[in-house]
Amino acid sequence: MGFSANIGELTKTIIAGVIGFAVGALIIMLYGYDPISAYQALFNGAFGDLYSFSESLANASPLILTALTFAIGFRGGMFNIGAEGQLYLGALATVAVSFFHLPSAMGFALSLICAVLAGAIWSLPVAILKATRGVHEVISTIMLNWISQFLCFYLIAKILVDPQRAEKTISVAQGVRIPLLVPGTSLSYGIFLSFFAAIIVYLLLWRTVMGFDIRATGHNPLAATYAGIEKWKIILFVFITGGLTAGLAGAVHVMGRPPVYAIYSGMPSIRGLGFEGLAVAMIGRNHPIGIIFAAIFFGGLLAGGRMMQLSAHVPLEMVRVVEGIVVLFLAIPELVQLLSFLRKIRPPLIFRSKRSQDEDRRRL
Amino acid sequence: MNLAYLWGIFLGSLHAMVPITLTATGEVIGESAGLFNIGLEGIILLSAMTGALGAEAAGPSVGFLVGLGTGFAIGLIFGLVCTYFKGVQLIAGVGINLFSAGLVTFWLIHLGVPGHHAVAEESQMVNISTRYGDFSPMIFVAIALPVLIYILLFRTKLGLKIRAVGENPQAADVAGINIHLLRLLSTAAGASLAGLAGAYISVNWLGSVTKEISAGRGFIALATVVFSGLNPLLVLLGGFIFGFFDNLAVWVATMPAVQKVIPWQFVAMAPYAVTLLVVTGVIGRARFPAAMGIPYGRE
Repeated sequence: MGFSANIGELTKTIIAGVIGFAVGALIIMLYGYDPISAYQALFNGAFGDLYSFSESLANASPLILTALTFAIGFRGGMFNIGAEGQLYLGALATVAVSFFHLPSAMGFALSLICAVLAGAIWSLPVAILKATRGVHEVISTIMLNWISQFLCFYLIAKILVDPQRAEKTISVAQGVRIPLLVPGTSLSYGIFLSFFAAIIVYLLLWRTVMGFDIRATGHNPLAATYAGIEKWKIILFVFITGGLTAGLAGAVHVMGRPPVYAIYSGMPSIRGLGFEGLAVAMIGRNHPIGIIFAAIFFGGLLAGGRMMQLSAHVPLEMVRVVEGIVVLFLAIPELVQLLSFLRKIRPPLIFRSKRSQDEDRRRL
Repeated sequence: MNLAYLWGIFLGSLHAMVPITLTATGEVIGESAGLFNIGLEGIILLSAMTGALGAEAAGPSVGFLVGLGTGFAIGLIFGLVCTYFKGVQLIAGVGINLFSAGLVTFWLIHLGVPGHHAVAEESQMVNISTRYGDFSPMIFVAIALPVLIYILLFRTKLGLKIRAVGENPQAADVAGINIHLLRLLSTAAGASLAGLAGAYISVNWLGSVTKEISAGRGFIALATVVFSGLNPLLVLLGGFIFGFFDNLAVWVATMPAVQKVIPWQFVAMAPYAVTLLVVTGVIGRARFPAAMGIPYGRE
């Protein structure tokens, strides 16, 4: 991707963002709140001080990983929205490892390994059904997300339940937790795991033969087939890799998020991280580096959303409304060109400056 | 277990069938014209909300109309993005789902009780009481509509045009059909049926709105469309199968004996697992319009 192409993508993202916030402001007004104080609180709560920024980064950590799941698929021309269900199982697998009282180092490694494996295993049926039966991944991933949710509900309530507190699972063992990066906040060293994964995915997609094959398949599947790229290998690779990062997202969230280091029944803290990752991937234009920035921005909105709820009384969910509108507009490939027609509309003669009148005359 | 009991299960399945059949029938129109709308889930959710408020303001039939209108409006936005503006359909659909999920949760908090809004008894649509049990009038709509849409798609000139813009838009364009307009109207008409399904859920069937009231039914409807191979009559069959399993979880909740053997979580998985299995089983013979999912532009 050339430099100018990146600039184009960035312009598009910014335009979609501006539209999203504008429509959001309109909706906030419609419900009788004050959009200016709401957005002020939102941005202060997101990036106002070290504490807010740490919270934003903490929110970004799992989002980067679930966004990578989607981005790898998207680059290969596949619409993998299964991060949600894979993330649940990754998180549960991490908790399950703490069930056995292992030495810290071994427990730590095993927690991460089990989480990524759980994510990958849950994505396998999607890949197999797509490769052998042609089942569209949108349908299979959504169904598996729901199945995963109820499976996890069962595991939380019956198997991994905390004997002292029935509303949550056992907590991840002390030695298995990811240490905090900024004490007093939710930000752990887990953010570096996410950055690391993003870099690995970048190298994978743009610096390896497999990555080239994936992007070729996404760009033009017919040409890729004629070039001898085997579709089933791409499908399997894309979904398994996506499952790995989604599973890791679950681990990073449970092992690195104070104060409970456990999962409550109903999974309130991890539900939605997969779908938010999907939006993050699109806002980051499905590029690992773009995703890091998009995740920090969006993690910031979630952190700031709490402030908005407290001080301007606008429910946090407004953030998701804005996000939806942004994604809707990002779907339009020629958004930038579409808006450039505005420049062609010329104001009536008397409102024009002397210079533009001269320009007009020259054109005639 | 006697006959009356089985009849009760059948009746429950019929009620659970309605939203899936309505949504899937609508999506058949849209997909025949070449637009794949994964935003149906969001449309059902948002229409359940607006439909409920409409019903509380002016009665159940207005609630249904508001739901229908909400679906149409969102369908128009989706259609505009995906026809005239050549948007990527899957992404636009995801945008609609995110937007709706956010807005409905926002709205529920705004209304006071977070997460749940019960529709007042007097604003709900009244079921038809017969000797054989209570029937929602929407059951008859859900059975008649696929038949009507079948006739529309396969026995009328308009239906031929709709299928033409989905199958071969270049040829249809040459024949003088306005591709973008017809696609836009088809998907909006389809989305308005999803809106009707949403209103049915909140105003008639379940009588409440929660942020998860759609519970994946939009996606199950998409699977039903795959099952049907774009034949509205098969949508009716598929809708009933999925409705049966959707109802199963409700049924088991009233049976402590069954719950002891199978935990409720596993029963709740059933509709999704069955959907996945059925789609896997039938996918080979389903055939979809050649130009589905591809934005149209003159070369």
